[in-house]
Amino acid sequence: MDIRLSGVSHSYDDFEVLQDISLEIPSGRIVCIVGPSGCGKSTLLRFIGGLEQPTKGEVLQIGTPPKDCLNPLTYIFQDFALLPWRSVRGNVSLVLEDHGIRGARADAIIEDVLARTKLSDFAKALPKQLSGGMKQRVAIARALAVNPAVMLMDEPLSALDSQTRELLMDDLISLWTRTPFTAVYVTHNLAEAVRLGHSIVVMSRRPGKIREVVHLEKPLDQRQYGDSDLEEQQKYLWQLMREEARAADAELVHV
Amino acid sequence: MSDLKAPQMPARQSTANQPKARQVTFRGGGFAPVSHRWIGVAVFVLLITLAEIGTRQGWITSLTLPRPSDVLETFGELYSSGLLWTHLSVSLMRLLVGAALGASFGVAVGVMIGLFSYVRAGLVPLTAALFPIPKIALLPLFVIWFGIDEGSKYALIAFGTFTPTVVATYGAVDNVDRSLIRMGQSFNLSWFSIVRKIVLPGAMPGILSGLRISLAIAIILLVAAEMLGAEHGIGAYILEAGSLYDLERLFAGVAILSLLGIGMSAVISLIERRLLNWRQ
Repeated sequence: MDIRLSGVSHSYDDFEVLQDISLEIPSGRIVCIVGPSGCGKSTLLRFIGGLEQPTKGEVLQIGTPPKDCLNPLTYIFQDFALLPWRSVRGNVSLVLEDHGIRGARADAIIEDVLARTKLSDFAKALPKQLSGGMKQRVAIARALAVNPAVMLMDEPLSALDSQTRELLMDDLISLWTRTPFTAVYVTHNLAEAVRLGHSIVVMSRRPGKIREVVHLEKPLDQRQYGDSDLEEQQKYLWQLMREEARAADAELVHV
Repeated sequence: MSDLKAPQMPARQSTANQPKARQVTFRGGGFAPVSHRWIGVAVFVLLITLAEIGTRQGWITSLTLPRPSDVLETFGELYSSGLLWTHLSVSLMRLLVGAALGASFGVAVGVMIGLFSYVRAGLVPLTAALFPIPKIALLPLFVIWFGIDEGSKYALIAFGTFTPTVVATYGAVDNVDRSLIRMGQSFNLSWFSIVRKIVLPGAMPGILSGLRISLAIAIILLVAAEMLGAEHGIGAYILEAGSLYDLERLFAGVAILSLLGIGMSAVISLIERRLLNWRQ
């Protein structure tokens, strides 16, 4: 299933946030969206998943999601959004219960996703007992449980420290190599973008527009921390964004 | 490898040249509640002992304060005559029925206010208008509406617990983390599932702490309700003792109310420990 955005614009009152965004998200690829803070990249992600509606333009699903897909467009949030009163297992089962998946069928799915995210030993733990990295892995397990056609990741690693971030990036890459998934990955971290993105969409400052789309050909599993060609790409991206970021930083927050 | 040798420590200067060393003063204490369970008990014991000594030695007259040991004796008589249970059972029944009615309606209305903006617009001003009314003032009205016997007492207690419960509940629902609700929507959870599995558990801490206040109010209103046409009940017992100026019995009754309050608070703490063990 592909996603196509055509002519998406958005404004709050008379304040323009996004301007004429057209973008293809092809199946089985990871598209990273980077941009200075306040360029509307998270808003764009909410449009793609239907949590918000753009004032102009449309977001299209092309093709039908696979049959066993319970929730085609599935988010992974920056703040994990785990229910603190449910165990790891309970948090995953939450999203299955509404689809009438209970008992042995649910157990099988939960065991599978917890094993894939290396959480099998922590099924009974409560979120308060987990580290940030583990919390995000629970959120990833929960997303995998509904077998999404497209994963929508909103700065999923931004709340984590840099070592945990490296580890989780490796986890994401190995998950993708095993079964390639489609993903839109919003981040302000260029290192994450060059490690995980098949293509990187660089957005400009408010009103957010697409400035450039950079394609990276190197396979994900061959990208390593500190690769010189990736550094080169990262430098190029930074040079695209640098002035914008400086200007965005000097802007007053619009409430 | 010779160039990797650790740099030589400079030889110690004579102490006269060294700057004075002083321990950094600690200033991070306080503002962190620590549980000291026994201090509470000690305060009670201290006050009661003081009263006992005072009344025995005569610097507290028996008109000012009854002797604690006499109060205890009265309490013993009350217990052995079986009257304690007669009064307590009637009162507990009233408290239980009234508070259960008030709290459950209160939680229901509070959740509705939290979830539907029309209900909020309609009922928040009404609750604000009802809250400050001293419910005791409405007792005659309740007697006409619900009869002189149990009905009016249940109604008074229920009404008194209802308003604070409503306010606490909708506040708690408002405070549920929006990002969790958004998560529920993003996984296509039904509206009912979101309310049952995200909003209600998320509001539970606020609802329970509201219940603490509501139940204390219920005990206050219990006494008020028993002012009128009640033969038995802790409130009736206290009022009778008060009108006879029988301080021992008055204090015995008041002590029972206090114990009731402590009991209720303990029950809520127990529920909190069971239900809210997920909190940090």
